[in-house]
Amino acid sequence: MTTNIPINTALKPKDFATDQEVRWCPGCGDYAILAAVQRALAKQGIEPHNIATVAGIGCSSRFPYYMNTYGFHSIHGRAPAIATGLKLARPDLQVWMATGDGDSLSIGGNHFIHLLRRNVDIKVLLFNNRIYGLTKGQYSPTSEFGKKTKSSPFGSVDNPFKPASLAVGAESTFLGRFIDVDAKTAADVLAAAGAHNGTAFVEIMQNCNIFNDGAWDHLSAKDVRAERTILLEHGKPMIFGEHRDKGIRLVGTKAQVVQIGENGITEADLWVHDAHDDDPAHAFILSRMEWPDFPVPVGVLRDVQRPVYDQLVQAQIVEVQAGKTPDLQALLDGRQTWTVA
Amino acid sequence: MSTSNAQLHSSKKAAQTRESVVIRFAGDSGDGIQLTGSQFTSASALHGNDTATFPDYPAEIRAPAGTLAGVSGFQLHFASRDIFTPGDRADVLVVMNPAALAANRKWLKPNGILIANRDAFSAKNLKMAGFTENPLDNESLSGYQLFVVDLARLTNDALSDMGLTAKEVERCKNYFALGLVFWLFDRPISVVEDDIKHKFAKKPQLKDANLRVFHAGWDYGENTELFSIRYTVPAADDIVPGKYRSISGNEATALGLIAAAHQSGRTLFYGSYPITPATDILHTLAAHKDFGVRCFQAEDEIAAICSAIGAAFGNQLATTGTSGPGVALKSEAIGLAVMTELPLVIVNVQRGGPSTGLPTKTEQADLFQAIFGRNGECPVPVIASRSPADAFECAYEACRVAMKYMTPVMLLTDGSIANGAEPWRIPDVKDLPEIKVEMLDSVEKLGGQPFEPYGRDPTTLARPWIQLGTKGLEHRIGGIEKWDKTGHISYDPANHHKMIKIRQAKVDGVAQDIGPSHLLGDDHGDVLVLAWGSTYGSCLTAVRELRAEGKSVSHLHLRWLNPLPADLEAILGRFRTVLIPEINNGQLLQVIRGKFAIDAKGYNRIAGQPLSVGEVKNAIVEHLAQ
Repeated sequence: MTTNIPINTALKPKDFATDQEVRWCPGCGDYAILAAVQRALAKQGIEPHNIATVAGIGCSSRFPYYMNTYGFHSIHGRAPAIATGLKLARPDLQVWMATGDGDSLSIGGNHFIHLLRRNVDIKVLLFNNRIYGLTKGQYSPTSEFGKKTKSSPFGSVDNPFKPASLAVGAESTFLGRFIDVDAKTAADVLAAAGAHNGTAFVEIMQNCNIFNDGAWDHLSAKDVRAERTILLEHGKPMIFGEHRDKGIRLVGTKAQVVQIGENGITEADLWVHDAHDDDPAHAFILSRMEWPDFPVPVGVLRDVQRPVYDQLVQAQIVEVQAGKTPDLQALLDGRQTWTVA
Repeated sequence: MSTSNAQLHSSKKAAQTRESVVIRFAGDSGDGIQLTGSQFTSASALHGNDTATFPDYPAEIRAPAGTLAGVSGFQLHFASRDIFTPGDRADVLVVMNPAALAANRKWLKPNGILIANRDAFSAKNLKMAGFTENPLDNESLSGYQLFVVDLARLTNDALSDMGLTAKEVERCKNYFALGLVFWLFDRPISVVEDDIKHKFAKKPQLKDANLRVFHAGWDYGENTELFSIRYTVPAADDIVPGKYRSISGNEATALGLIAAAHQSGRTLFYGSYPITPATDILHTLAAHKDFGVRCFQAEDEIAAICSAIGAAFGNQLATTGTSGPGVALKSEAIGLAVMTELPLVIVNVQRGGPSTGLPTKTEQADLFQAIFGRNGECPVPVIASRSPADAFECAYEACRVAMKYMTPVMLLTDGSIANGAEPWRIPDVKDLPEIKVEMLDSVEKLGGQPFEPYGRDPTTLARPWIQLGTKGLEHRIGGIEKWDKTGHISYDPANHHKMIKIRQAKVDGVAQDIGPSHLLGDDHGDVLVLAWGSTYGSCLTAVRELRAEGKSVSHLHLRWLNPLPADLEAILGRFRTVLIPEINNGQLLQVIRGKFAIDAKGYNRIAGQPLSVGEVKNAIVEHLAQ
């Protein structure tokens, strides 16, 4: 939430499009994400000149060139630091960040966790395609164990990150997740991220049709999506399945998939999603849920309030400055002076 | 000074006048040596002396007590004339333990005054310092005027009725030593009294204890038979009139940044990660939220500079400070600032390298890194301060040039400048150079011309600084090569060549802002001492002394290292030999040789210590003789 920014209800997605030729590969999942973001921003109503888009390096990080906002395509992994400095300097702008699994979870891992820890008011879109695309196909920190790529011809022996688990561990106040082709969930998650006061971390399961085609097919394909993902809605029991006949039950610290109507299980036995639960333990359980053991949670996994770094910084300055006019001469003079005649 | 104290502490013993004195305090790093030294400095400055200091301390915060590794030193030169160095060797050495004596004896002049704290010369401490017998009891120190004082016992006696713990008493003993040398050199005691009162305002018992010990030290000098004579160094009479204060290089750097922000109407942003010896800049700026300073302690060196780049994009005066290892980590981001043509000041407080090197020692070995240390053709203006007080002007100038030319600027200081202190003639704020910043903050300002984020000012070649949040000026920047004018990304070969030439020409053009060079001495002759940075005092003093002997030698001290002054080549050509003394392996030497194809000579000693006047003189004489 960026306060005091005027809203224009007449904005259209095309107001956020630039004249630059989009240079992602034809069929790339990034196109759908770009369209979803432009739609979400039009609906949000903050005008383009009051928005800044910052990115690192990688396919996803070309994003600012295609957004008619103030934009910064920076260097590999450093977008969180640049965005933090920008937000500290310009709290009046809404700042979005586009990044990838290599950019934020590998080379920029340090900045990424500290951004979340500080809870700077920045919206982070992590395009997770589980591969290095711009360098033409090496395994990434989210590639599955055993992944065969050009740099791992015998299979990767790297244990992958679960981005949402990392984010919870790094004290993230907002976790959203959607699949690139799921426009409906994208709209909901992006709207919630835009409205969140603090760092909003959104993991987007994105298809790289050149170097890792079908990485998310097991979840995104229309015929299986309802069975293999679960859309989380705050305050509602966790139900999924094509016939909405399955649910998640919480037993102690373990999530369990249950069949509604079997063994006496009813909706009343299911885990009710509380996105605003301050305790991160439940969010962490959600972050571990992966197919085939579980449906993968999408939607808003977590949305809690915690003091926001950039606002704390401004408040401290306002407090110190209250009732004072800075006197440069007095500062230069210091405590002890003497005069040479 | 209260009247009663002034009367109480007015000496009846004879005083001998000296023109200058070099005093060196040494002890364990927990002995309060740096504090003792800086208080003596403040008092000398208030007394009207010119001063120059050299703190020499270990990297370990608290190395084991009594060891050579834990010895901390502070050297002060104070004089009744203007001086430029902390002095080659000491007239007076105060040692708090045997290790301090072992490590610092070499700095004491023959027949110099040596004051030793006997209580610390225990068998255990002597062994740790490598002594087989107590040097206070044999003839090994007969070449000095040795004064042995039971500091610990005397401190203890002074405080016996105060009910303090042994540890609290122990911590007071440096004030006994300070009181004694204040007596010995006739320093105004009010400086220390005021400081103790200020520092221990909330701990009245410790305030009283330290005051009592300080006075006891003074009285000890006055009342014992040990000292028959004291010395006085009158106020200097050749100092430029004005209002002065004592300032360290790091403090001066911080104030220069704040002043530049204030005078340009920009908010100061400082992104930094703690690193020796630059951290005091961070401390100083963090304390000045009253000036609206956005001080960001980043998660690492890279984030420190990247946050500053983000702030520069957001129209603040963005700065970052570090030492050489930090600059190494920042170098990719400096390239980004060059490519995006955003104003940014990078302060490098140089220390001994390579790698972790000598964190608390001084060196000038990052000049190549500053000028060349990035991938690609990546020119950056480089400015270097010559002394602690000069860091103010250099920081201010670095900010002015960064915003005028829309470029990152590297400011070099070093450990000896950063921690050294000297009197600073405080500028009147209204006399500070103007910093005019013209933002592109409305479509109307384009005057009907197309919006070009990479259009350029014809004189400076600077691109516009675009006010973010302005309707109609949305644009994108980044590290990929830019199309001339539009700033769109471009892989065009001819455009790349052109942009490289433009970026170089812009930085070369900073020479317009460098005034004519000022030489000490004739504008032609046998030897020109060409130097930069913290060797200023030694080079200047060496050249002055040799000129007084009628030698044909001049001194030129460079403030800008990149670009070099436009008149430099002509000046170099008027001397038979150009001698470049540096605390590195000949970096400016190579730059000068490469740029002007002359056979310049180097003098290089890289020992983590400032160059001494004596060695610079010797190097000059060697070249005069040829």
